[in-house]
Amino acid sequence: MADIVSLPDAIAAHVRDGDTVAMEGFTHLIPFAAGHEIIRQGRRGLTLVRMTPDLIYDQLIGAGCASKLVFSWGGNPGVGSLHRLRDAVEHAWPNALEIEEHSHAAMAAAFHAGAAGLPFGTLRGYAGSDLRRVNRNVRSVTCPFTGEELAAVPAHRPDVSIVHAQRADRHGNVLVEGIVGVQKEAVLAAERSVVTVEEVVDDLAAPSPNSVILPSWAVDAVAVAPRGAAPSYAHGYYDRDNAFYQSWDAISRDRETFETWIREHVLEAGTADAGGAST
Amino acid sequence: MSDYTSDELLTVAAARALRNDDVCFVGIGAPSAACNLARLTHAPDIVLIYESGTLQTRPDVLPLSIGDGELCETALTTVPVVEMFQYWLQGGRISKGFLGGAQIDRFANINTTVIGDYDAPKVRLPGGGGAPEIAGSCGEVLITAKHSTRTFVEAVDFVTSLGHGRGPDDRRAAGLSTAGPVLAVTDLCLLEPDARTRELVVTSLHEGVTRAQVEEATGWPVRFADEVATTPPPSDEELRVLRDLHERTERAHAGN
Repeated sequence: MADIVSLPDAIAAHVRDGDTVAMEGFTHLIPFAAGHEIIRQGRRGLTLVRMTPDLIYDQLIGAGCASKLVFSWGGNPGVGSLHRLRDAVEHAWPNALEIEEHSHAAMAAAFHAGAAGLPFGTLRGYAGSDLRRVNRNVRSVTCPFTGEELAAVPAHRPDVSIVHAQRADRHGNVLVEGIVGVQKEAVLAAERSVVTVEEVVDDLAAPSPNSVILPSWAVDAVAVAPRGAAPSYAHGYYDRDNAFYQSWDAISRDRETFETWIREHVLEAGTADAGGAST
Repeated sequence: MSDYTSDELLTVAAARALRNDDVCFVGIGAPSAACNLARLTHAPDIVLIYESGTLQTRPDVLPLSIGDGELCETALTTVPVVEMFQYWLQGGRISKGFLGGAQIDRFANINTTVIGDYDAPKVRLPGGGGAPEIAGSCGEVLITAKHSTRTFVEAVDFVTSLGHGRGPDDRRAAGLSTAGPVLAVTDLCLLEPDARTRELVVTSLHEGVTRAQVEEATGWPVRFADEVATTPPPSDEELRVLRDLHERTERAHAGN
């Protein structure tokens, strides 16, 4: 059963130095508040897994939390580059960052395999792509039935996965609505899981019998973090702060500007303001 | 005829390559504008899919990212990302995919990964995302790009997404049965793969563009088809719909 705890307690209990951490949310429901708490608690040496690193990993990388990134598209959606990610890859600042690069289809297959308890994911992918050459974790398998050669990638098995969702009930059952990405797979693939939610309610009020639900017994910790996905968005609660995504380009381009921003908006802000990154 | 920009002509020319019965994997930027322009003009039933899992979406304004809430709210349904890539893309249900890139070579191979050496990059680009499998699994691929020697290069530094390799047999040798890139739309011209060699050749020049301009903006000795057409300029209707769409989009995104 999921424990309903505070965000600092959830991160302290479940995220350790050197862990492999997957924070998912495909443009929608990105767990920013949890990411900021990891920065505040000063975690180091993390292997960060995520399809689209987005601003949340740019912040964790720039703050020195990560030593490796496993990803498939590392940009600021609709805006351009992630400058902290680029600075780490191109100039090893604030530290060297090892990268393991995949395609979206392969990342999805790897999460699926992890959730299914399989050792690897298969896909008809990477045909003719140099990604196959530079990533030793992209290999191939031969179909035992047809002889077709398929791409194979190792299953993602994070030490901890962290996602954000609209709400949980008092038992810790969690409802996810809208663009649901790979959050369910990420949680089921992980050893431990933390879900931050907009609110805890008496009745989950799932809109249909087919709603995406993470049952309480499949989650370790639930923490309330209102606006915990901002500046991304929570469908039905608040919109994406596109202006902040655009302003991040200038904030993140320069190391000092970035450090000032992190100090003012994350380190000194505390959990009460955890979701208020856009101010 | 009204005045129009080269960006507008690029979008209009890409939109015209789409049919009413197409199922499109849409990317952000020019592809998104082109696909929605097609939907609002000659192809009202076209199915638009964004890789966040939104199937058959009809956004009123263009999204800033592939996962904007507007796409989900106006979609027939939204599916998980695993399903998106495994059932719908890999399952072969998407007829057209759009790709762009930092570098595109004469055989339409595309680089969105890195400029320079992979391990010591001059510029680290965002990476492939869905592109490697869009290139392999969509029935046909359309390319949109600004025409310059920086983008249209003799050889890409890194093949993120396979076009035609180095010739006609390379896609089959890589295990693919899809057509790959069939058209590149730039702000100067249209290029299509030569039926025999698969090299991109210029098949249509936009109004007022000279062969010399295209040669100067292409990083290899670019060839022209035996008969080079002139791309029809945007119609008044196409321009009106496209400008309305951009105006609505700007207004919506300025609001937050």
